[in-house]
Amino acid sequence: MAFDQDTVRRTAHLARIALPQTEIPAVADQLERIMGLVEELRAIETTDVPIMAHPLDLDQPLRPDTVVNQDQREVLMASAPAAEHGLFLVPKVIE
Amino acid sequence: MELHEFSLRELRQGLRNRDFSSVELTTVLLKRISALNPALNAFVTVTESDALAAAATADARRAAGEDGPLLGIPMAHKDIFCTAGVRTTCGSRMLEHFVAPYNATVVERLTAEGMVMLGKLNMDEFAMGSSNETSYFGPVRNPWHTGMVPGGSSGGSAAAVAAGLVPVATGTDTGGSIRQPAALCGITGIKPTYGRVSRYGMIAFASSLDQGGPMARNAEDCALLLNVMAAHDPRDSTSHPAAASDFLRGLERPLQGLRVGVPEEFFGVGLDPEVAATVQAGIAELARQGAAVQSIRLPNNPHAVSTYYVLAPAEASSNLARFDGVRYTHRAPNPADLTELYQQSRYEGFGAEVRRRILVGTYVLSAGYYDAYYRKAQQVRSLIREDFRRAFAEVDVIVGPTTPTPAFPLGAKNADPVAMYLADIYTIAVNLAGIPALSVPCGFTAAGLPVGMQLMGDYFADDLLLNVAHRYQQETQWHRAHPSVHAREA
Repeated sequence: MAFDQDTVRRTAHLARIALPQTEIPAVADQLERIMGLVEELRAIETTDVPIMAHPLDLDQPLRPDTVVNQDQREVLMASAPAAEHGLFLVPKVIE
Repeated sequence: MELHEFSLRELRQGLRNRDFSSVELTTVLLKRISALNPALNAFVTVTESDALAAAATADARRAAGEDGPLLGIPMAHKDIFCTAGVRTTCGSRMLEHFVAPYNATVVERLTAEGMVMLGKLNMDEFAMGSSNETSYFGPVRNPWHTGMVPGGSSGGSAAAVAAGLVPVATGTDTGGSIRQPAALCGITGIKPTYGRVSRYGMIAFASSLDQGGPMARNAEDCALLLNVMAAHDPRDSTSHPAAASDFLRGLERPLQGLRVGVPEEFFGVGLDPEVAATVQAGIAELARQGAAVQSIRLPNNPHAVSTYYVLAPAEASSNLARFDGVRYTHRAPNPADLTELYQQSRYEGFGAEVRRRILVGTYVLSAGYYDAYYRKAQQVRSLIREDFRRAFAEVDVIVGPTTPTPAFPLGAKNADPVAMYLADIYTIAVNLAGIPALSVPCGFTAAGLPVGMQLMGDYFADDLLLNVAHRYQQETQWHRAHPSVHAREA
């Protein structure tokens, strides 16, 4: 399996990570090694083996639908890199 | 023996007898942190004034007649647990300035008992690493040999406990992150059954594998901490209704008749011969105390690392999507548009290992690859769990090495990510199954590096693991050895 540079670029775009061109060959090599490690899974016989998504066989628990959270708007907004009038600021999206 | 070497039982006795106050004890340890942390880099943040205030409050509670087992005892949290008003970095530039608006359930519960937090402990970035070298705040150093890694990802917790900077600490374990550093630093640490300890306020890496737990200098101290940490939490939908238990109750049970299984797969190629011999001697001690030892098979264990490196990155790529540079994280300066804001902030905010795992996770979940990798790995995860089910029909505890080698030099495994991943070859299957496991110190190599023996139990057999480790520690002295750490020369 070849983890080529185009695959790295496409995956980095999906993950919203801006990899500089200079780093792509090294990242391709590392991902190739990691995918080489996991490649052995394909050879394991798993016909009729159920998937395991989670360790505990629990149903989704429900609790009474009552408000338990306090209003933390100000403390939450205090961590924003840029905010104005209680809103998160981002670059203009629509011209 | 000096104050910084006391067990929790001894500290409580001293506080009860008024031999020392919590403020005096806290002051001693803060001084020790200030002298030794420059050499170890175990703490990312030290909360000196908050600690002294909390200690004074604990002393006042004691004066008013309270006598809880953890009242006035200093500790520190892995910097993955959110602490209201104190920054929580997760070892990442992404969260370098993040101050959580709330406490993790684990923090809340230990604070309510009157424990005194001295600060936040260094860790691999987002808990992704086995050597503590991926931290944005620099590597932690092993107190037994400062040229060696402490293990990871809870390396700051393990180093701080081993060096006597705190008697106990919290850690988290997704693929071995409590047990592997505990082994490499010569302390005791337990990854509880999945669902025992609330994940609320514990920054998520791989949600179906992550579990918090105590790290301490002996099994009894782990039990004391776990008694408070383990509890059902309605704020965590994966918290088990029967999470709470009294882990001290069965601690003294003799090992006579205990059925111990030793998996052949844990003593194969790749295991350091000194580690093998040291762990075999530990197993012989269990037999001497009356345990019946037999060989067992875990045939799918050799697939655990590859299964994990599909599932954990897949879950991580989803969990870490929230770090977008908009609401509370690092933001790149002057982005041209919103996409560049996301992409550049994530490139700058995440280190190389975290980026790699996000890319692997994104890839295995992307169209056309999901069945080949993600679904396949979920099926192999079932096979790994079945191995344990079969084994626990025959034995009570599975015992083997925690790690294939003792602590390795800083930088030794940085060139090849796969070489680093194999440091967790004996710990990962436990997380995939969700069962509990513990690492207990069982000796030293000729070079003076600690070796850990791993005990694995069936679901909710955490109390049995602590019992076996405690009985082992009644007859051995390995957990009483302390490294001599020296302040760095100016």
